[in-house]
Amino acid sequence: MLEVRDLHAYYGKSHILQGVDMQIAAGEVVSLLGRNGVGRSTTVKAIMGEVPPVGVIRFKGADIAGLPSYRIAHRGLGYVPEHRDIFPGLTVRQNLMLGVKDPRNPGKWRLDDMLDMFSNLKARADTAAGVLSGGEKQMLTICRTLMGNPDLVMIDEPTEGLAPIIVQQVGDLIAEIARRGVAILLVEQKLSIALRISHRVYVMGHGRIVFEGSPADLKANDAVRKEWLEV
Amino acid sequence: MLELIVISTLNGVLYGMLLFLMASGLTVIFSMLGVLNFAHASFYMLGAFFGFQISRWVGFWPALLIAPLLAGAIGAAVERYGLRRVHKNGHVAELLFTFGLAFAIEEIVQIIWGKSPVDFRVPPLLDFPAFTIFSTNYPAFKMFMLLVSVAIFLGLLLALKKTRIGLIVQAALTHPHMVGHLGHNVGRIFMLVFGVGTALAAVAGVIAGPALVTQSNMAGLLGPILFVVVVVGGLGSLPGAFIASLLIGLLQTFAVSMNASLAGLLGPLSPDLAQSWLSDIWNVTIAQIAPIMPYLLLVLVLIFRPMGLLGTRDT
Repeated sequence: MLEVRDLHAYYGKSHILQGVDMQIAAGEVVSLLGRNGVGRSTTVKAIMGEVPPVGVIRFKGADIAGLPSYRIAHRGLGYVPEHRDIFPGLTVRQNLMLGVKDPRNPGKWRLDDMLDMFSNLKARADTAAGVLSGGEKQMLTICRTLMGNPDLVMIDEPTEGLAPIIVQQVGDLIAEIARRGVAILLVEQKLSIALRISHRVYVMGHGRIVFEGSPADLKANDAVRKEWLEV
Repeated sequence: MLELIVISTLNGVLYGMLLFLMASGLTVIFSMLGVLNFAHASFYMLGAFFGFQISRWVGFWPALLIAPLLAGAIGAAVERYGLRRVHKNGHVAELLFTFGLAFAIEEIVQIIWGKSPVDFRVPPLLDFPAFTIFSTNYPAFKMFMLLVSVAIFLGLLLALKKTRIGLIVQAALTHPHMVGHLGHNVGRIFMLVFGVGTALAAVAGVIAGPALVTQSNMAGLLGPILFVVVVVGGLGSLPGAFIASLLIGLLQTFAVSMNASLAGLLGPLSPDLAQSWLSDIWNVTIAQIAPIMPYLLLVLVLIFRPMGLLGTRDT
């Protein structure tokens, strides 16, 4: 479904991505792991066109490298950025409604389902999203992207800075997304969630993919974990 | 005295609402593009001149509709084919672009309509006193201006709060990238906002043209006050722009009608001061310093409350 080949990206003169290769099949859950600063977030930003990409990015067979992000979104690629960019002045309900790309043609995720799934969001459906807790904001950003009915959703660091109980809930939501047949690219630092729900994992180091395999392969491979993941 | 207060309040609110018609567009454009549009008042002037010209051909009422549409279309084109390209080169380039545009529009207006005021008159239908308070006749056209401004203000509020496109605009004010990632065409939203913002300024021009003077320097006269309004209200804040518009409208109208001076206030205490070197300051009336009051306010706000009355970011 998504194919990235020899992807490079630059911030000014620094060469951040130095030839990233990866693939995600329809319905697959893939994690992109690695330490801070190795280029994980830049990879998804380059795919969305927020950082100018150099290389091949194909989605459902079509070249999307460098398209404006709204065009990419319309092709069915959803993106949840790492900073929980909710619209603080709008209500929870309005935030969710803005996730819908085409009001005449709603997808499989309905507003009411979404609110039923999260009692916290339902109770606060008509309050300003700016007052939500960090965990609730994270749930809201993920749900908002789902309202656009993506076939693949890229989620950047969803559990960063959240309490363990909330991390668990976010994990459950991601598992539920996968259960409904949506492919996921999860950018994470915490191994626990990634290993629990992923079919396949990539590990990044110095702007490249340094390991690819199943969660079991990664668990068994002490050398890779020591060199590229553990601090 | 009561008469003065009533009339000045009416005039002040009217002036304030006119300012708001322009400041609302300016402040929203600032929020989205991050750049002050120096040419904003030029669209107000274009509105007045288009209104004048179209009135001659087909009458005032069609002009009230056509002139803003025309100015708004020009505004949208400026964003699409001008600002969007300049944007790549940073904010300074954008600022200079709008600065140059303001001069270009002024020169073009002078070439077409000349430097002297044009004869843009109040339509006969509204050329009568609406009511008489005390001994003053209040013109119907001014009431009409007030009505149009208030109607547009309410319409704008409703469109922003209740429509889907309004929600997208609100979201794009703070998080344009995120709005793009959700599949909304942010470029088109920017163009729309620029078009609507400049059209609103043009509406102000069409209705202010007959009441004030329609002349090629009118943008230059009004532009600086607009910046005062958006800075005092808080850059990017619509409610702030509304309050600041009314504040400055009232401040200027009341100041102009006041003849108090330091001499009048403190004179009896020390009559000899009026003869001293202080006499110049001593005898200046509030009416005389009225024109600088908004700028004084601007300076004070920037020193003591740089984010403005309701702004959230530092200017």
